[in-house]
Amino acid sequence: MRPSTRLALLAGWLGYALIPWYLPEGWGLAGYPFGRAGTALALVLSGASPWLMPIGLALVVATLLSGRAETAGTGRALVWIGLLGLVAFFAQGFAVTLPEQGIPWLAALLGGAGQSQPGMGFGALLTLFSLLLLMCHGLAYRGVCRGDIFTTSTIGVVVLLIGLFIFFPVATILRSALIDQNGALALADFVERLFSPTIWGLGCISAGTNCGVAWNTLILAVLTGVITTLLGLACALLVLRTGMPGKRLMRAMTVLPIITPPFVIGLALILLFGRSGAVTGLMADWFGIPRSRWIYGLPGVLLAQVLAFAPIAFLVLMGVVQGIAPSLEEAAQTLGAKRWTTFRTVTWPLLRPGLANAFLLGFVESMADFGNPLVLGGNFEVLSTKIFFAVVGAAHNQGQAAVLAIVLLVFTLGAFWVQQGWLGSRSYTTVSGKGDSGLPAKLPTSATVLSAIVIVPWVLLTAVIYAVILVGGFVKTMGRDHTPTLEHYRTGFAIDFSHGLYFEGAAWPSLFTTLKVAAISAPLTALIGLLTAYLLTRQHFAGRRLLEFTTMLSFAIPGTVLGVAYILAFNVPPVEITGTGLILVLAFVFRNMPVGVRSGIAGLAQIDKSLDEASATLRARSFTTLRRVVLPLLKPALVAALVYSFVRSITSVSAVIFLVSAEYNLATAYIVGRVEAGEFGLAIAYSSVLIVVMAAGIALIQLGVGERKLGRRHVALASSAAEPSPSRT
Amino acid sequence: MQFKTWLGAGVLATAAAFTSVPASAQGSLVMYCGVQEEWCRAMSTAFEKETGIKVAMTRKSAGEVYAQVKAEASNPRGDIWWGGTGDPHLQAAEEGLTLEYESPNNKDLQDWSLSQWKAAKQRAIGIYAGALGFGFNTQQIKAKGLAEPKCWADLLDAKLKDDVQVADPNSSGTAYTLLATVVQLMGEDKGFDYLKALHKNVSQYTKSGAAPAKAASLGETAVGIVFIHDAVVFAVQGDPIKPVAPCEGTGYEIGSMSIIKGARNLDNAKKFYDWALTPAAQALGAPAKSYQVPSNKNAPVPAQAPKMSEMKLINYDFVKYGSSAERTRLLTKWDKEIKALPK
Repeated sequence: MRPSTRLALLAGWLGYALIPWYLPEGWGLAGYPFGRAGTALALVLSGASPWLMPIGLALVVATLLSGRAETAGTGRALVWIGLLGLVAFFAQGFAVTLPEQGIPWLAALLGGAGQSQPGMGFGALLTLFSLLLLMCHGLAYRGVCRGDIFTTSTIGVVVLLIGLFIFFPVATILRSALIDQNGALALADFVERLFSPTIWGLGCISAGTNCGVAWNTLILAVLTGVITTLLGLACALLVLRTGMPGKRLMRAMTVLPIITPPFVIGLALILLFGRSGAVTGLMADWFGIPRSRWIYGLPGVLLAQVLAFAPIAFLVLMGVVQGIAPSLEEAAQTLGAKRWTTFRTVTWPLLRPGLANAFLLGFVESMADFGNPLVLGGNFEVLSTKIFFAVVGAAHNQGQAAVLAIVLLVFTLGAFWVQQGWLGSRSYTTVSGKGDSGLPAKLPTSATVLSAIVIVPWVLLTAVIYAVILVGGFVKTMGRDHTPTLEHYRTGFAIDFSHGLYFEGAAWPSLFTTLKVAAISAPLTALIGLLTAYLLTRQHFAGRRLLEFTTMLSFAIPGTVLGVAYILAFNVPPVEITGTGLILVLAFVFRNMPVGVRSGIAGLAQIDKSLDEASATLRARSFTTLRRVVLPLLKPALVAALVYSFVRSITSVSAVIFLVSAEYNLATAYIVGRVEAGEFGLAIAYSSVLIVVMAAGIALIQLGVGERKLGRRHVALASSAAEPSPSRT
Repeated sequence: MQFKTWLGAGVLATAAAFTSVPASAQGSLVMYCGVQEEWCRAMSTAFEKETGIKVAMTRKSAGEVYAQVKAEASNPRGDIWWGGTGDPHLQAAEEGLTLEYESPNNKDLQDWSLSQWKAAKQRAIGIYAGALGFGFNTQQIKAKGLAEPKCWADLLDAKLKDDVQVADPNSSGTAYTLLATVVQLMGEDKGFDYLKALHKNVSQYTKSGAAPAKAASLGETAVGIVFIHDAVVFAVQGDPIKPVAPCEGTGYEIGSMSIIKGARNLDNAKKFYDWALTPAAQALGAPAKSYQVPSNKNAPVPAQAPKMSEMKLINYDFVKYGSSAERTRLLTKWDKEIKALPK
């Protein structure tokens, strides 16, 4: 056995024999090593929990093998030990849970008939990982993935995590689509709900009524996806490929919407374009345009979503545009192609993976968006809000929610396949091992003008909206009473210095929790996301496509459903973590992971495999290659993943509304409460504070990660990409 | 290995930092609160001060609390569910998610509070009441040259076309109360006729029950059908909105309280239950900008609260209209006969 395998085994024994097996209630170790704080070994030997014995046996057999050489035979044995150990682990976990639950026949088989046990704790976690690593190491011994232990282990860990925290909860909630209130199978109900005219009706075409909720959602998502992608592209090209003035400002402005808590953009749009809004008033007074309610419905939701999601497309496409090797474009120009021809035949095709990913993100984001349709939807219903109210509304219909979730999933699945088909199996590699010192081509004039025409009004709109938000926190009632006041900030963020530092404001506790959760989940999200992207693009193994699809799954599921799914799945042993901060972190990590994966895949598609191979030829192991070659080239993707997950952890509402608890309340849940109470002032003030906090966070992330440096001549960068001072340009 | 160790350490550290101490120790109470944040906080801190029992309070809408209690049914986390409209409480009672309890303070309660308690088979009790009505934007009504609307019938005026808002009864308890009220007030056929006529004037069926009050206060709609106390909040702020109790008579909600079945701190939950029915505890609503009418006969009624005694209240049948069978029937009928109508 290799030393690393022995280490994994040691960790297993540590978890089995020394660390308390179950999740502690508090930090009391009363009765250790028996009882609630007992170790698995002590519990088995004392006869209290015989069902934990098979797990120990697996570790014993592995220990007996620890002296053997790392042959294929040892590998096979390790695979079996790990596999059987895992099976034993999960069998007992799901069979023996709370009294009168679990799987009785299996519990009886394992010697635990009629018994119960609490949720798995640190000891169990460590043992679980040890068994998994033993199995993966065994696979590597047998030559899987060219015998690379790191690769097989990472695949194992990622598959386990995704299975446990995405697949398991999603399966739990979807199961409820098929059963009725009493738990019996109800296929007829399911079919009736699935083909209901409220979902698929086409009344908007034939009669004057509303269309089915599925069509609404689909139309909205396609429009949002296309528009955000085009805006993001225009913006990325303008920032990176032209000498346009005010680029840095524009860059900052376009990022503002994603660091804006939900409801606020919708609120600002109403204050501007609502029937008594500021802009509407001006239009009515100056041009006699009658006041109307156009903002409520598809136009308003679309506008808000485009404002909110175009920056994501921008972030994704920035990385891609940056990564296009200028030497290809230079080659085209050397061959006599004009700027426009170069753009059309070289740059554009190379943008395709970025475009596809940006569209997919916009599409899926729009489908899962909840805040904007809620505020601006009017009579325009979409699936996500419908699901939310099927769960919490007066109808209390969880089965209906599950059916709608299935429809939503099918749409996302479809988008995923279309995207795959469009990209096909072509190569989009541009960052290769060969030196590339080309200069990025300037954008053709027509494209520049086109981009600017689109972008400038959009940036102006964003600016106006943020002016409204900024001012809103400092006046009594936005839109009616504009007396300046600090009252909103005082209510939320007062600090009492009279006897030491005391955070008196009502908003402090939720702000601290939010920051803690976001700061912990962002690096984890980026890590797992990029690792998964690396596996998906660089390694070949069975079930790769399935894994890729599963990672998109949690993104496609609307937050509300995921929230309920997490409660259903993790409120009972073996994984009993509701009411803790851990469940918030997990929900965020696995909900935001797809962004890490998508931006990682887009970034990796550009980096030539020959770089990996060169590294491998120089006898670097794949972990070393990943760390020293791939990761530095992936910095834009890393920034995108970190920023996005940090921001999303702070701004998401629907996913966590069921998961927040008294101790772990989040900023958005608090803001929603303020909005419900009609206290827009405090809500807007709190949102402004969050915006500042997130901006600071993003700046920190960018400072910490740094920029990707590709070996290119620097003369041109001064005028095209880096930091042109406005006076010079 | 270095990397994996790092990963492992990260996972463990996260787990350690975030595993809370579940509230099982003596002297604590987990409270799910279904009204506005401010009122919730006033209740929990006042109870803490009075008894020394530490309260962990979560605020959610009534429907969200119900969904959570139901999801957690196999392993309950909460002890007491205080506040929020009565229907989800009744639904939870019907499904056996909550516990029967008879408080010694029941003797001081209004009849409607006790009728809720009976309807829920002792599993929920009324803690406040709020009548249904509407709020109108004074400026908008004046601009339209209309007299101030006073009755349900006034809302059918053709000049109010596309200028009335009410929530969708599928998503909001407020709107379901309207549906049930109209059916009880006018009879089922006439009631649905009224809703059909109203449909022509409704610009939007909102998701949230209180949203029409907000829209009316901002001038986004002329009339919003809401619980009157929701409109009072904006009127007290000085917004141009006027709350109205309709002249034909109206229904009302009973904000309720239930003990969650399987509560880990059952004794403390009962202590809270008894305390929450006292006049002192019920007086905490008004300072927190909630103007509902308290259920204890001896509790002071907030000055701004709509006077229930001056309104014409119908004899609302909570047992019938709170049952899931009747609700499902009415909602399905509403979906088919009202919502599907062209505008």
